[in-house]
Amino acid sequence: MIERIERVRRARPRLREERITMAHGAGGKATQTLIDAVFLPRLGNPVLDRMEDAAELVAGGTRLAFTTDSFVVSPLFFPGGDIGDLAINGTVNDLAVRGATPMFLSAGFILEEGFAVEDLERVVASMARAAAAAGVQVVTGDTKVVQRGGADGCYINTAGIGTMIPGVRLAAASARPGDAVLVSGPIGEHGITVMLARGELDIDADVTSDTAPLSGMVSALLHAVPGVRALRDATRGGVATVLNEIARAADVSVVVDEAAVPVSPQVRGTAELLGIDPLYVACEGRMVAVVEPDGVQPALEVLRAHPGGEQAAIIGRVAADPPGLVLLNTVFGGTRIVDLLVGDPLPRIC
Amino acid sequence: MRYVDEFRDAEKARALAARIAQLCEPGREYKFMEVCGGHTHTIYKHGLEDYLPENITLVHGPGCPVCVIPMGRVDDAIHIARQPGVLMTSFGDMMRVPGGNGSFFDANARDTNIRMVYSPLDALAIARQRPEQRIVFMAIGFETTAPSTAMTLLRARAEGLRNFFVFANHVTIIPAIKAILDSPDLRLDGFLGPGHVSTVIGCRPYEFIARDYGKPVVVAGFEPLDILQSVYLLMRQLAEGRCAVENQYGRVVPWDGNPIALQAINQTMRLRPFFEWRGLGFINHSALRLREEFAEYDAELVFDVPGVRIADPKACQCGEVLKGVLKPWECKVFGTACTPETPIGTCMVSPEGACAAYYNFGRFSRQRVREASRV
Amino acid sequence: MCLGIPGELVDTVAEQPDLGVVMVSGVRRKINVALLADQDLRLGDWVLVHVGFALSKISEDEARAVLAFLESIGTPYADELTALRESNIDGWPGEH
Repeated sequence: MIERIERVRRARPRLREERITMAHGAGGKATQTLIDAVFLPRLGNPVLDRMEDAAELVAGGTRLAFTTDSFVVSPLFFPGGDIGDLAINGTVNDLAVRGATPMFLSAGFILEEGFAVEDLERVVASMARAAAAAGVQVVTGDTKVVQRGGADGCYINTAGIGTMIPGVRLAAASARPGDAVLVSGPIGEHGITVMLARGELDIDADVTSDTAPLSGMVSALLHAVPGVRALRDATRGGVATVLNEIARAADVSVVVDEAAVPVSPQVRGTAELLGIDPLYVACEGRMVAVVEPDGVQPALEVLRAHPGGEQAAIIGRVAADPPGLVLLNTVFGGTRIVDLLVGDPLPRIC
Repeated sequence: MRYVDEFRDAEKARALAARIAQLCEPGREYKFMEVCGGHTHTIYKHGLEDYLPENITLVHGPGCPVCVIPMGRVDDAIHIARQPGVLMTSFGDMMRVPGGNGSFFDANARDTNIRMVYSPLDALAIARQRPEQRIVFMAIGFETTAPSTAMTLLRARAEGLRNFFVFANHVTIIPAIKAILDSPDLRLDGFLGPGHVSTVIGCRPYEFIARDYGKPVVVAGFEPLDILQSVYLLMRQLAEGRCAVENQYGRVVPWDGNPIALQAINQTMRLRPFFEWRGLGFINHSALRLREEFAEYDAELVFDVPGVRIADPKACQCGEVLKGVLKPWECKVFGTACTPETPIGTCMVSPEGACAAYYNFGRFSRQRVREASRV
Repeated sequence: MCLGIPGELVDTVAEQPDLGVVMVSGVRRKINVALLADQDLRLGDWVLVHVGFALSKISEDEARAVLAFLESIGTPYADELTALRESNIDGWPGEH
């Protein structure tokens, strides 16, 4: 029976929907299906097919990383950040976790008719601060305005280029049994913050988004520890999604120790009230690192010494079997599978 | 005390497991049904079956309010949502449940605006803010959830709101348990009673199970130790030759339930003569609708509701799974045609549906997972 | 079938006796407590919350009774466990 299910799981997914649903943008199974069914068959090439956070390119003998990301967060302003610093940090982090030093960004704005200039100024000022903090420059841009109702205030797309750190080759596919899995800080804070900032849930918690550039931390880690095999920033779909991507890319299993995963009490409390699992909630300034056994302790020390990494932790390890799956050893002493979600984690009553 | 972590202690679980094992008569097979999907979720989420001896089987019951909603009701809800000026609301649980022509998410991708709310009171708040719109709340759930709908209706009437409506799909647990007890193809040794339903209805309604059917019932809490202790209490009753209703979840469940909640339900709703349960078919007196006094709030009367009956997909064996006759993986389409991405039956949609719980958390054999997690 | 979360009643809402504020792991939410109008609720009481309503007042005595029972069966068991470990029987879940 298991073999039958695994065969189906590994088969190329078919896109059944005739129209796009919200789940297609959630970063889980539905998003993967969309990519596999619509984008890769038509646009695929050896670089894109690797499906890493950023593409690695060689131009004039230099190894470059190139990536893009779009930001449609609602509300635009939330505790700890706004769409502006998110748009900078998101692209900076996609470059950083690829092993690159982020350098130049583009910024494209889609604005809704009627959007307050004052708000736009706030967003752009926040972008400027985030860019300065990450040591990158916005070097090209674009602005479009759509009719009222055609967008929700302000959407931002950023793309970024960085140079690969010499000698570094990171890939999810290179995870090997015996490696340790680390996370750089408490998880789920961005996702919970934004969910609460929408105000629909009427929940009052002292949480702030974790949005932050990871480039400094990554650079410190890669220079100090040679045994880092893969890095991923845990955005949409949270840590659980990233771990599943690693398990599949490397055809290994990832075994997580539930008790070791850092989660703040407020995130845990909100997640409990809503019946969702913090492992699936987005972060915007946290990364997952896969590190060779020898590098684990040094890596943990480097992460913890870096601002924002104080609560870094070893959350699990890579094993050989069952390949392609993430297992969780529960606090209670049981074991269960942590699969990809179909769409966003939904609040539930039952 | 937080009433959560204290009941998740692995050391105590091992002690209970040892006691449960001691109570097993050699060669005897034990089958207990956990009526409630919340229990199913806990069992898989925490890997509880790892603690039980092989000759104790937990059978997953029909207590998942999303799983038992027939496809036709989903289609009816979407039909209501399409009518002019309507904003449909429901719990997050409903959003992915497939109707005859897709789920709420699929409907939203076409032409509806169906929104998630955390509480029916949130739907009422939307109605207050948007007097120009008609806000319909699709109410689902057992007796646990019905009081919240009832209180919201009373509130709406007290405030004189005229743009708030309820599409009632509340079901009642006792007739479903009775249907299972009367089903000829199932032999059970006892029941884990639904803890949160019992906060409302109390423990007395289960007495007929012990008295007329000779099966022990233990009303159980939702933390892992609650469930293990309840299994232990069932085993102890069997070992001592007793048969009674016991309340393991006394910290939350009063023996007589919540009289105010029962009164609120009674004031706003009445039993339907019969209601279709997905997979189980029509069950008499097993669901609630609004009383005549609340007709102006009743979406079934105010809106055009086609009420079309849609047969369950042939391949789907949710009914057998809901009755506990089949284990999820014994269904013909489990994990192949029917997966959480493309659910055919509702048991695969809700995270507390037996199939989804099994698929997501426990589809590997205990032995294999145990070995893998120890590498 | 129904997600119920224990929360501590930490505040009241002025002029709205039906409402109260519960805290779950440092997170606050306004809930409706009208279903427990006969319970003489006080700040510091714990209640079970379901879809924004307090359904039941949690009894600390009952909770302690269950925990005491669990303790009581754990004590002799600890000795057995030692004996088992010494006899090298494995297969206990949760010991990773």
